[in-house]
Amino acid sequence: MHRLDPRVKISLTFLYIIFVFVASNYQGIAVIALLLSAVIMSSGIPFSQYLKSLKAILFIVAFTSVLNLFYGSGKVVWQFKFMTITEGGISNAVFVAIRIVSLILFSSALTFTTSPTQLTDAMERLMKPLKLFHVKVHEIAMMMTIALRFIPTLLEETDKIMNAQKARGADLESGGITQRIKSLIPILIPLFISSFRRASDLAMAMECRCYHGGEGRTKMKRLRITGLDIWAVAFSACLCCCVIIFKVRFPAALR
Amino acid sequence: MPVIETKNLTFTYGAGTPFGKTAVNDISISIERGEFIGLIGHTGSGKSTFIQTLNGLLRPTSGKVLLNGRDIWAEPKKIRAVRFKVGMVFQYPENQLFEDTVLKDICFGPGNMGLSAGEAEKRALKAAKAVGLTDDMLPKSPFELSGGEKRRAAIAGVMAMDPDVLILDEPTAGLDPNGRDMLLKQLSDYHRVRRNTVILVSHSMEDIAKAADRVLVMDSGKAVMFDKTEKVFANGGELQKIGLRVPQITEITLRLRKDGYNIRPALTVEQAVRELLPVMKKRRAENG
Repeated sequence: MHRLDPRVKISLTFLYIIFVFVASNYQGIAVIALLLSAVIMSSGIPFSQYLKSLKAILFIVAFTSVLNLFYGSGKVVWQFKFMTITEGGISNAVFVAIRIVSLILFSSALTFTTSPTQLTDAMERLMKPLKLFHVKVHEIAMMMTIALRFIPTLLEETDKIMNAQKARGADLESGGITQRIKSLIPILIPLFISSFRRASDLAMAMECRCYHGGEGRTKMKRLRITGLDIWAVAFSACLCCCVIIFKVRFPAALR
Repeated sequence: MPVIETKNLTFTYGAGTPFGKTAVNDISISIERGEFIGLIGHTGSGKSTFIQTLNGLLRPTSGKVLLNGRDIWAEPKKIRAVRFKVGMVFQYPENQLFEDTVLKDICFGPGNMGLSAGEAEKRALKAAKAVGLTDDMLPKSPFELSGGEKRRAAIAGVMAMDPDVLILDEPTAGLDPNGRDMLLKQLSDYHRVRRNTVILVSHSMEDIAKAADRVLVMDSGKAVMFDKTEKVFANGGELQKIGLRVPQITEITLRLRKDGYNIRPALTVEQAVRELLPVMKKRRAENG
């Protein structure tokens, strides 16, 4: 999967995410699960990594599926005072859980196997048609690259400034909400200032290397569609067709 | 009585994970009140980590830091009080300025100590004077100052807390030779007047040789030497082995000694002149 063209990977991920929502019966979702396991296996990333990315959203998944349990129609399975759980509700809950989880897993697979630069490169290429509407595609892509690049730098900077203010007795851990917001000022102001300085330094350095926007700019790493990409597209298209066929042939589980 | 003592101080980043890295390894030293300590070591030798454990920004993985004989982590809730007693000036401290006037920024530390506005200002003015900020700079925005002035303002911000121990992490980095000499002289003066303890981390052996009473040498997390400045720098070979140098003038006097001249290794040019003049005079007399 690492070798796939990033444009293909992004487009396919979008396609998969759409089909996660198109699938509305168990047969369809089985196909999605098959697709998901194929993606995860071919990514070569240990499964524990995927589990880690799921950990953050575990609560949301649990919360929404429990809520969904109580909505839906069909045969009543369990009733307690005003709370009723129906067959439809159970299906709803299962589907919501599966949908969110597969959403995260598909996008994790994309980010695990694609470097940020590749991602923004592919985005730039995919958004090219928007140029017709005078959207500055290259500038947006460049901004995304730079923003991603500076996240670790900013984190490090924040840490340094926090330590410096703590050494001057700044109290960041205690107090009420207003007190805490106030105590952020000595950290945010230096952080803003250093970001502005960094930004102007970077702009200067880029101009010194004759950067002048996207016009006529060539790429060092050109994106190429290979046989592998065609196979991936064909495989995904087949599975998506299956989902559609199942949707037409079998009744929907969601009500 | 020692003002700061460390007992088997060890700090490991990411302790308990496979990526754990021991930055400070079993350091036991004791620093007397009123000493000027130089701390040297090449990049990544654990200097910055070590000094951060001294004022409680980092909690040691094992071992103790004693301030005036008391473990600073005995009551973790009162760690802020330790930070007022052990003032810390980080590398490039000018990045921490944030108030709208220089004076207010210097008052930030003392204000956090719970002093009254008047008392805080009194201390701030004193500290500003110690680092050579003139009165017309104080009402200005810190961002209007030049780089060197910003540095001074930031150092004053820590000095104004009147700490028992003042730790400075490479305060002269990035300053021009003039600014550097001036800052160093002001630090020495401040130390002489206040009689408090100063720990100076520096890559400039010349700076350390000029100012420090004793030198602590760190190498890969360990304290490899801790002795009088002249004794440490007399060990030129040892220092070179761990990627450090001795001041140029010391190097010269050490080589002369090797060639059979009976002089003591010098730390400053003045010392070297004092050592060398009699030798040269004697030679001239012998040669007739």
